[in-house]
Amino acid sequence: MTWRETLLTGWTAVRSHAMRSLLTILGILIGIAAVILTIGLGLGTQKDVSEQISALGSNLLIVTPGSSTDSEGMRGGFGSGATLTRSDAEALASDVNAPDVAGVAPEKMSSLSVETSETNWTTQVIGTTEDWTDVRARELALGEFFTAEDEADQAAVVVLGAETATELFGSPDAVGRSVTIEGTVFSVVGVLAEAGADSSSDLDDMAVIPLSTAANQVMGGTTRSSVSTIYLKAASEDVLSAAYQEAEAVLLNLHGITDADSADFSINSQDALVSTATSVYRTLTVLLTGIAALSLLVGGIGVMNIMLVSVTERTREIGLRKALGAPPWAIRRQFLVEASILGLAGGVIGAALGIVAAKVLPGVLGTSIVVLPAAVVGSIAIALVIGVVFGVYPAVRAARLAPIDALRSE
Amino acid sequence: MADLAGPTTAPTLGAPAHAREGEPRAAGRAADERGPVIELHAAGKTYRTGTVEFEALRGVDLAIHQGEYVAIMGPSGSGKSTLMNILGCLDVLTTGQYRLAGDDVGDLDEEDLAAIRNHQIGFVFQQFHLLPSLSAWRNVELPLTYRRVAPDERRARATAALERVGLGDRLANRPGELSGGQQQRVAVARALVGEPAMILADEPTGNLDSASTEDVLGLFDDLHAQGRTIVLITHELEVAERARRIVRVRDGLIQSDTLTSGVAA
Repeated sequence: MTWRETLLTGWTAVRSHAMRSLLTILGILIGIAAVILTIGLGLGTQKDVSEQISALGSNLLIVTPGSSTDSEGMRGGFGSGATLTRSDAEALASDVNAPDVAGVAPEKMSSLSVETSETNWTTQVIGTTEDWTDVRARELALGEFFTAEDEADQAAVVVLGAETATELFGSPDAVGRSVTIEGTVFSVVGVLAEAGADSSSDLDDMAVIPLSTAANQVMGGTTRSSVSTIYLKAASEDVLSAAYQEAEAVLLNLHGITDADSADFSINSQDALVSTATSVYRTLTVLLTGIAALSLLVGGIGVMNIMLVSVTERTREIGLRKALGAPPWAIRRQFLVEASILGLAGGVIGAALGIVAAKVLPGVLGTSIVVLPAAVVGSIAIALVIGVVFGVYPAVRAARLAPIDALRSE
Repeated sequence: MADLAGPTTAPTLGAPAHAREGEPRAAGRAADERGPVIELHAAGKTYRTGTVEFEALRGVDLAIHQGEYVAIMGPSGSGKSTLMNILGCLDVLTTGQYRLAGDDVGDLDEEDLAAIRNHQIGFVFQQFHLLPSLSAWRNVELPLTYRRVAPDERRARATAALERVGLGDRLANRPGELSGGQQQRVAVARALVGEPAMILADEPTGNLDSASTEDVLGLFDDLHAQGRTIVLITHELEVAERARRIVRVRDGLIQSDTLTSGVAA
């Protein structure tokens, strides 16, 4: 019997019980669709996170107060101290101290109410310097960003996020209007272009004002010179680690700390943020993959079950074929091929279902799903292997049937 | 039926099957035309069920030669079914020796037994045992699918075998579309197609009405006239008397072995 005939016979047997075959492969079908979606969702999320984080600005280093590297009881806690100051930012901006740092944007942040004559809106008020747009890779939709003069003059000017402007004025077109923050009247000089949301905050809901204005007129208090974050932009990706080391040396020196392990600040690159974010999704992916694997296992057992039924139903046929001279391997091959066809069919239909779901689901879930051709081919191969593996036992049983007993069975 | 008689309608008459089609592993030399096709020496078969032993055959000696038409008779429980299984290489002896077409079948494994069955034996069963999903010619070609025979040749040979049993116009019909007698003739064609050393028929008329019985027995007469070796197992004297030799089995032993006139009933 040629391979072609064996395949044809197997296909005929599967097709002659179309409904039963379909129900049998349902487990594999769902499992394979889940595998493709899981891999696609994992990759898609990773892609989304990378995109969001690179939207923060390219070649970015983020300096925050406190140390997150100390595993023994985090002194001060991550981001809670007030150890970073304006002068730190000025020192980092120096071409002599940190030649590979191309841009510096200190941020002093507070959640405050922004008022107009008609309404008010609570948002993140950010005090920063004129380099902010460059470092954070933001663009203006309307108007202009404030200048170094505004910063020096403690000018009462504000640049609003697109969403903030819409909340306050009903449209992003807010240039020339004025708002009141903590009693000070600011005139709106610009509105930021939309940037979406990163993992922790809405990038379109903010009010950006000069750092000096923020420190002296809006936020005040005893920690006037402190800043909550300093963003650094490396001159290029190649010098990112050089910039990191320069920044660390400058700050350690300024803070009078000799041991880098006891630093009162920490510097993170985007890579670190990306890996933190993706590790969360990786856990999720592993979990989903486990579920997919389980349903594939159940599907495989389903195939084994139906193949055992098939062997029982066709005992007489097996007996006859053996009496006519079919060697045991030919019987084994016949049933293995049949189980493989079931597995393969489950894989192909499941993959098709997964691909369709990958097109439909992103619209519902709001996340990207990346379908890798390798994942599709790989999961179909997995389905085939499942068919073969779970077909072995029924096939061996069929091949072991004694022809006399098999012929006599009713 | 008259057109079936005569050696001219048996294109492959005389040449032993495995000489042409690649020998099965266990098959050695071709059978001597005058030597026995079947040789049983002190053949014994004991079945064990738990601690209970049942001696189905207790030392049978039997020789059947090329071209003989032998009926094996006996009541149920006589051991004739066991004998049929042994002769058909569906089971192996506990003691004694069985030579089929000159080859000792004693210590062969399942795969070699399958090859022997395929090349040397053409089965005809009481229940026909045709596969309902396959057309007549597909059923007939089955023994050839387990040999290295090209699909075209298989089809040609299956067609020739069906024509020989008078079903040349029913090639594409499925068993369900054929009468009992026609189905059994398909089964005979299947037994013939591989050019076996012997045709082994187990109660071939047990499920047929008298007209169909006559039909099938007439076919056996023709095959016998063409020089085929036929072993027919039956419990009906009427059927057995169509053979040239009747072997009666009782209690696992051969009770009598007589030649008949072979006159058709």
